[in-house]
Amino acid sequence: MQLAQSIRSLLSVRRGVAPPANKNTASISIEPGPFPETVVIPLQQHVGPPCDPLVKVGDRVLLGQKIGDSEAYVSAPVHASVSGEVTAVREHPHPTGQDVLSVFIQSDGKDEISPDVRPPGDPMEMSPEEIRSLIREGGVVGLGGAAFPTHVKLSPPRDKPIELVIINGAESGPYLTADHRLMVERSVDIISGSLVIKRAVGAQKVIAAIEENKPDAIKSMTEAGREHGIDVVELPSLYPQGAEKTLIDTVNGREVPRGGLPMDVGVIVDNVGTAAAVHDTLYKGMPLIERVVTVSGDGVARGANLRVRLGTTFADVIGFCGGFTGERGKLIMGGPMMGLAQYTAQVPVVKATSGILALRGETLFKGEPPHFTCIRCGRCVSHCPMNLMPYILGSYSDAGMWTQLEDFYVDDCIECGCCAYICPTKNPLVQLIKVGKEGVVRRRQKMRSRMEATSRKE
Amino acid sequence: MIMAEEDKPDRGEKAKPEELLTIGVSPHIRDADTTARIMGWVIIALLPITFYSIYIGGKSTIIVIAMSILGAAATEVVIQRLRHIPVTIGDLSALLTGLLLALTLPPRIPFWMPLIGGVVAIALGKQVFGGLGHNIFNPALVGRAVLFVSWSKYMTTSWLVHPKAAVVHTAAVKSIDAVTKATPLYTMRLVRQHTLSLSASRYYKPLLFGNPWGCIGEVSALLILVGLAVLLMKRLVDWRIPVCFVGTVMVLSWIIGMDPLFAALSGSLLLGACFMATDYVTNPMTAWGKVIFAVGCGVITVLLRFYSNLPEGVMFAILFMNGMTPLIDRYIRPRPFGYRKAVSEA
Repeated sequence: MQLAQSIRSLLSVRRGVAPPANKNTASISIEPGPFPETVVIPLQQHVGPPCDPLVKVGDRVLLGQKIGDSEAYVSAPVHASVSGEVTAVREHPHPTGQDVLSVFIQSDGKDEISPDVRPPGDPMEMSPEEIRSLIREGGVVGLGGAAFPTHVKLSPPRDKPIELVIINGAESGPYLTADHRLMVERSVDIISGSLVIKRAVGAQKVIAAIEENKPDAIKSMTEAGREHGIDVVELPSLYPQGAEKTLIDTVNGREVPRGGLPMDVGVIVDNVGTAAAVHDTLYKGMPLIERVVTVSGDGVARGANLRVRLGTTFADVIGFCGGFTGERGKLIMGGPMMGLAQYTAQVPVVKATSGILALRGETLFKGEPPHFTCIRCGRCVSHCPMNLMPYILGSYSDAGMWTQLEDFYVDDCIECGCCAYICPTKNPLVQLIKVGKEGVVRRRQKMRSRMEATSRKE
Repeated sequence: MIMAEEDKPDRGEKAKPEELLTIGVSPHIRDADTTARIMGWVIIALLPITFYSIYIGGKSTIIVIAMSILGAAATEVVIQRLRHIPVTIGDLSALLTGLLLALTLPPRIPFWMPLIGGVVAIALGKQVFGGLGHNIFNPALVGRAVLFVSWSKYMTTSWLVHPKAAVVHTAAVKSIDAVTKATPLYTMRLVRQHTLSLSASRYYKPLLFGNPWGCIGEVSALLILVGLAVLLMKRLVDWRIPVCFVGTVMVLSWIIGMDPLFAALSGSLLLGACFMATDYVTNPMTAWGKVIFAVGCGVITVLLRFYSNLPEGVMFAILFMNGMTPLIDRYIRPRPFGYRKAVSEA
């Protein structure tokens, strides 16, 4: 049996990698996070143009009150996560690395709920348009990390009918357990939220996809989904199983075409956290003001799964978990494979914050080579989930050969980090590819402006 | 516009030095495997055959192995010192090259030959191209090829056991007297040319367990396969190369009318297919590229074995296909995810 399995794994094409899971917080229940004195709510927590502030310094705001919104379609409003007084509206560091206009609210400790927060009625009787507008008003975005506005995702064009909704509970990234705990503790809400999503896109079927290393989540989701005909698909535990395109391929063998979206193959993928947020918005009327965040890593005193109010600073969260331990290393938003390393702990928790990972300085990886050195072992090629050739992308980027980078499909890279993780010479392949993508964009812009200049001359 | 002190974004500038965070691009964790560890495992995979060859060959074998490694390692250090670049002897690749070269040499050659071979392997095979990862040809085989064409008399006669005695001993064939370079493979060529009649299956046992008429690394086919098993279990090499290489040679030999098992076990085929053709740097990067590479090696090996006046074809076959590798890598590329034909046409 063991032998047959190892022979099979030897023969199979193995895409993706299996880094140490380190899911140390998998059995720790979700608990309420810190109660911050001041929250910092960035007006951009989604993909798309930022919101304009709806409040000014000195205003009193209530819990769940909308404090920022935008005219743009691809956008999502933000809401107050405490009740209290607006003390400032100014730029503040954001986990994505930029400074973003943010609303500072000093909490009055009362958590007075805004009168706008009330159940809107039975969503299963509403039209898809009504559901979408309520989801938009609730500020719901993809909580898996991409933060794409959910109402936009749930508006497929007429010529692209959606057959299948996949509820993504893969959570293949190391350390992260927020989705796992959510599936164990709130499976009924996730299922109810996914039924609303199904109704909004007119899909025939909902499937929950969970990695096989979470048997308790599979059990609770199977039980909750049974009466609604929602099946649970067990996925192999292999990073990046949770990446949208990989996930669809594993679940029903459909390959999202290049540059395309899941809707091109009749599928919508939503994270379990998003489904739970849709439930909260549509059944309770409560907009997205908090989310479950995994706090983990060897650089923090205690790992936890916390329900954290948006706008709580990382410093507050780390302090709540006993503070940093050891030499100061990296503070990462997200998982270790794709997460963003922060330069300051003053950044706030945003809608995309699935985890806060503190890695201590002593154990931090520091072994990158001074130059690009490749021994052509081919591991990056055989492990790339997008079937690219990362070693070529890395060396062309290193040499500044942008044209060739396009020929080797640099745009299709999802930056999952498998190549850099598996590389025995420890080349920073993702970094090189990111630089390469920038170079390609710059080159295209230059070409375009040159063409415009010539046509103007003529 | 001058911002009031409290209006400035708090970027954590007030943090004390010991509280400063490290930044960097993801991924923030890396696999434990390093170049040195990979090379170390290949050396470990070669240890059974190395120790057995020393047991069979004794002092002369030790001298060849030691001189070869010495030549390779010293050349690596000297050249990197001269180029003022970091000395990378610690990645063990020069040691591995030296050991591999020694395993392809006859045990009774003069001591200066493996030394020259090691120097040539690293200098001409690797460092002239820019060091590890940049060479086109397998360094160990470059070293061997230079020795082979320069001192071919030593390279084809310095076996442990006098060929006449050996073949007479195992095969009990009187007419073997005419044979001067009677490795099993050469003997079988005579058989094929009807100058000798001999059953190939007589050779299975010595080839598997103890073959004194070959190079150092050819003493036991079984121990080479043990080494291959180690490489496959540690996922260090792609199974396609040894399987397709040996498979091609077996099929073609069978078509030509030779015993396929004998063709697989004899000569330097197994050593070449398991340890030389699988060298990371000099074979293609993609799965199908590796298949083409290995089949090409097999075809050329058979052509050289039976239709040239060289005694063995593995070395030149691999070197030739090494030269083809950039071309294969240029044309054989994986189909990126989402580029399915039916989809892109739709």
